[in-house]
Amino acid sequence: MNDAAHSRKTGDLLAGYHPQDGIADELMQADGRIRPVWEPFINFLAGLGPQDLARRFARGDQYLQDAGVYFRQYTDTGSTERNWPLSHIPVVIGPDEWKTLSEGIVQRAELLERVMADLYGPGELVSSGLLPPELITRNPEWLRPVVGTKPRSGHFLHLLAFEIGRSPDGSWLVLGDRAQAPSGPGFALENRMAASRVFFDHFPTANVARLASFFRSFRDALNDLRGTSEGRVAILTPGQHTDTYFEHAYIARYLGLMLLESEDLRVEKGELMVRTIHGPQPVSVIWRRLDSRFSDPLELDEGSALGTPGMVAALRNEALTMLNCLGSGVLEARALMAFLPRIARNWTGEPLKLPNIATWWCGQQNELNHVRNNLSEMMIGPALSTSLPFDMDAATALGGSFRDGAQGPVEDWLKEDAANLVGQEAVSLSTTPAMIDGQLVPRPMVVRVFAARTADGWTVMPGGYARIGRTEDPTALAMQSGGSVADVWVIGDEPVVADSLTAQTAGPFVRRTPGELPTRAADNLFWLGRYMERAESQVRKLRAYHLRLEDAGDKTNPLVAYLGDFIGRQGMDVDHPVPRQLLSLFQLARGCAGKVRDRFSTDGWHAVADLETSVREMSDLQQAGDETVRAMTVLLRKLAGFSGLVHENMFRSAGWRFLTMGRAIERAENIAALLIDFADTRAPAGSFDIAVEVGDSTMTHRRRYSVSSNRNTVIDMMVLDKANPRSILAQLEQLCEQEAEIRAPDSADQMTTLSRRILRLHTEITTAIPEEIDRKRLEAIRKKIIGISDAMTTEYLN
Amino acid sequence: MSTLYDIKLKISYRYEYPAAAGRSLLRIMPLNLPDQQLISGAVSCDPPGDFRRDSTDFFGNRTTELAHDRPLSRITFRFDGRVRRSADLVSFDLSRGLSAIRQETDAIRSIDPTSPHHFLGPSERVTPGAEISDFARDTVRSDMSTLAAVQAIAHALHRTMKFDPESTEVSTNPFDAFRKRRGVCQDFTHIMIAALRAVDIPAGYVSGFIRTIPPEGKERLEGADAMHAWVRAWCGADAGWVQIDPTNDMMAGNDHVIVAIGRDYADVSPVKGSMRAFGRQTTRHEVDMVSVSPAPAR
Repeated sequence: MNDAAHSRKTGDLLAGYHPQDGIADELMQADGRIRPVWEPFINFLAGLGPQDLARRFARGDQYLQDAGVYFRQYTDTGSTERNWPLSHIPVVIGPDEWKTLSEGIVQRAELLERVMADLYGPGELVSSGLLPPELITRNPEWLRPVVGTKPRSGHFLHLLAFEIGRSPDGSWLVLGDRAQAPSGPGFALENRMAASRVFFDHFPTANVARLASFFRSFRDALNDLRGTSEGRVAILTPGQHTDTYFEHAYIARYLGLMLLESEDLRVEKGELMVRTIHGPQPVSVIWRRLDSRFSDPLELDEGSALGTPGMVAALRNEALTMLNCLGSGVLEARALMAFLPRIARNWTGEPLKLPNIATWWCGQQNELNHVRNNLSEMMIGPALSTSLPFDMDAATALGGSFRDGAQGPVEDWLKEDAANLVGQEAVSLSTTPAMIDGQLVPRPMVVRVFAARTADGWTVMPGGYARIGRTEDPTALAMQSGGSVADVWVIGDEPVVADSLTAQTAGPFVRRTPGELPTRAADNLFWLGRYMERAESQVRKLRAYHLRLEDAGDKTNPLVAYLGDFIGRQGMDVDHPVPRQLLSLFQLARGCAGKVRDRFSTDGWHAVADLETSVREMSDLQQAGDETVRAMTVLLRKLAGFSGLVHENMFRSAGWRFLTMGRAIERAENIAALLIDFADTRAPAGSFDIAVEVGDSTMTHRRRYSVSSNRNTVIDMMVLDKANPRSILAQLEQLCEQEAEIRAPDSADQMTTLSRRILRLHTEITTAIPEEIDRKRLEAIRKKIIGISDAMTTEYLN
Repeated sequence: MSTLYDIKLKISYRYEYPAAAGRSLLRIMPLNLPDQQLISGAVSCDPPGDFRRDSTDFFGNRTTELAHDRPLSRITFRFDGRVRRSADLVSFDLSRGLSAIRQETDAIRSIDPTSPHHFLGPSERVTPGAEISDFARDTVRSDMSTLAAVQAIAHALHRTMKFDPESTEVSTNPFDAFRKRRGVCQDFTHIMIAALRAVDIPAGYVSGFIRTIPPEGKERLEGADAMHAWVRAWCGADAGWVQIDPTNDMMAGNDHVIVAIGRDYADVSPVKGSMRAFGRQTTRHEVDMVSVSPAPAR
């Protein structure tokens, strides 16, 4: 393409791009020219046709979907998982600017550490008059039980995030400090993965600083924090219902850390322990993604169901390192930003290199007057709120009025409640390009940047993620209000070397041994196996029922009625083609899978989720008989897909073994229950065939026994034949094998109640002949299988 | 003038089904203060914990942390000890006018545990509310001394509210109790704290014991059969903290033994526990506080 053609294309691309006057734009200078650091990218973009672009965007979206990236959207009626709202156009920042920004961030991180150490230590900021006492004593995030704590690592803060925005004069401002439990490093990584796929041919040569080295240093720092202890490093998450759970699971996998919920943890003899299938194991470092106040019902929020009793005391007694230390949320109060500039000058003799948004605490007369006199340029809100200034909530007024106009004049509010309010300058944030309806348009943005403490001090992630508004409204950037997110490219002058966390390291190869499986994860995988198998068995029975119904055309046919009664006793309502109870089985399975997403492949998760969705969509199916048979056949095919994934793709970890044992126990029990009724000599004609069909053994049976089915052939096939993967004996073989693998290494040679029960039943069935296995014996076998499940729970899942 | 007491406290829980292993945090050991000495005493637990740590909390209260590794169908916590109490009842009023209390508080630049600033803002159990605030403003006059205002509120509350152990529970919030005009010592105390904070007087919660058997010729005090609660109010830099018992409309003196102080009940509750129990659970409190040498006539 020649220059003229190219500049014409660039012109086309930017035809709709008109930044507003008086605010900064990332892409364009005030004179309308493109900033040099953006040029290579814009030129590349201009060269892409609309179809190519659409294909590329779809490629990025597909990546995110395949990787299981989602976010949780909250509505009045609950919450749902939504696709990740990627804005495909990255934000581009140049090297010099980034360097200055990084220096400001490091200075600020160091300052916050000192403030934190003072607030939980000597309290000199207050006694020397640099901070008003009530901003601390009234702050619900200042946790009195933590006062006096000396962090084992020597530091309170290890990972910080900063929400920054660009003001009209081009300078950067901190809009909010995130010190409680900063979310987002995993989002930054995911956006990067997606963006590098969208621009797969441009990205490698665009000199974009890589993120991997930041994560490597951070991971090393986490491991170093263990000190000399044997304990593990874990991420503590509030669980799958939190809006950032995906990120917790993702980063746990990426960095190879355990992902724990408070239920996994217990304080024993003053030490923090994780309950695993092999008993309690020490945890030495907790990367806390749970708000401090919910962390310990004994000393903090008593009503918290998410906490671990004794956590505060363990921290106080230096039994663990927590990042960040409990109580760090105190640093997020908006009002603190009114005082940080002065604290910095007073302590370091220097101004803040990276200033924060201008903030006035209305508890002081002069400041109150200033806010009153400049109402039109102010955001006014609760002084101790930790929300970011532009995430407008109902309690924040902008330009002298509330969002919903319902709370009366702001002047009255200032008069009555001044000490609890701050004013913050309503800065106009810069805009950055977003592709909306095929047009490149300027949209307001903020950027989240991250800093981690490493052996060499604070290090800043070269990048981060930007939140982009869908409209021009700068107060609607949050994903919850329709905003999207974009990758941030820090462009260097030099080509960069491709890098990843798994980069080759010097020295001999060491295979990492997986950590002990937490009890809760084992329990969820075990039940996932059971529910999926139970669902499959029910689907087979329902299919058999509707096949017979279609043939007989009448529910009163003895065989149809017999089978209908059997299914009914198992809790399924056969009068509905797709019983509600079937859906709830898939929901239970999905619930279990959702709690172990970090240990479960994304494909496996999608398979479970897809099954649940399919059953839900089928549930208004009205037509019994043929149509239901077809629906059940579809489900069986999907179930086979899930089984295939589990069997072919899942690593043979302890988790896989629990899932497999859950399936084996469930299958054995289902077969026993089935045979009790359908291998009964008094059962209606055709029952034996049902037994073989529901046991998915029809083909084998036909091949092996040219005679028609009789009781002995059915029993032989379904109970005693170890070559039939559906037989009870095959399940016991499976249980023997897996049970030996999950035993703790130090008790590998000892029999336990569980191993004894499995082995006894295995021997009993191995040595039995079909004639002996009558109804009574089948009932006894079924009881023994339930006994195996109980022993499993007692030994590993309690 | 001092009084010597033998004190026994027994708090027991029974569970219909054995409660899962758990952790408890106790605040039942009386404080050592200039006018109160713990001469001897111990906190004990039956069955004994598998882990125990004795410590002090932010406000200086004595805590005992206990862990039980096995499920329990009953558990009993006890304090047994001897305390010497030598409170000087306020003889003259050192506090400045109520109109100056705000200024006096502002002059204190401290977040250490003695700072009045902890006791002004909302706390877990005591948040501001119009009914109690109006009651407080109607009760005090700006020309009163701070101490007089504190006493006026206690007196008005005692007159307005009826002591009624049946009317409320430990989780009742002060506004419901105030609306009913009925409650126990905990409600009286929370309501008074809310009232004092509404007129800018820093106020907190005191848990403790009061003597079980009154001195001859005196009435038995309310709240003697369980742990008692009263109010601590800051009357300015000179007068400092005073303690007043709104349930009995009296200054807290030698009849009162202090166990723990905090912003409200949540800071001082005698047993915080995490025994997870299904089914019914019954709790029993028994307190005995007997003067061992009769107090000389006053």
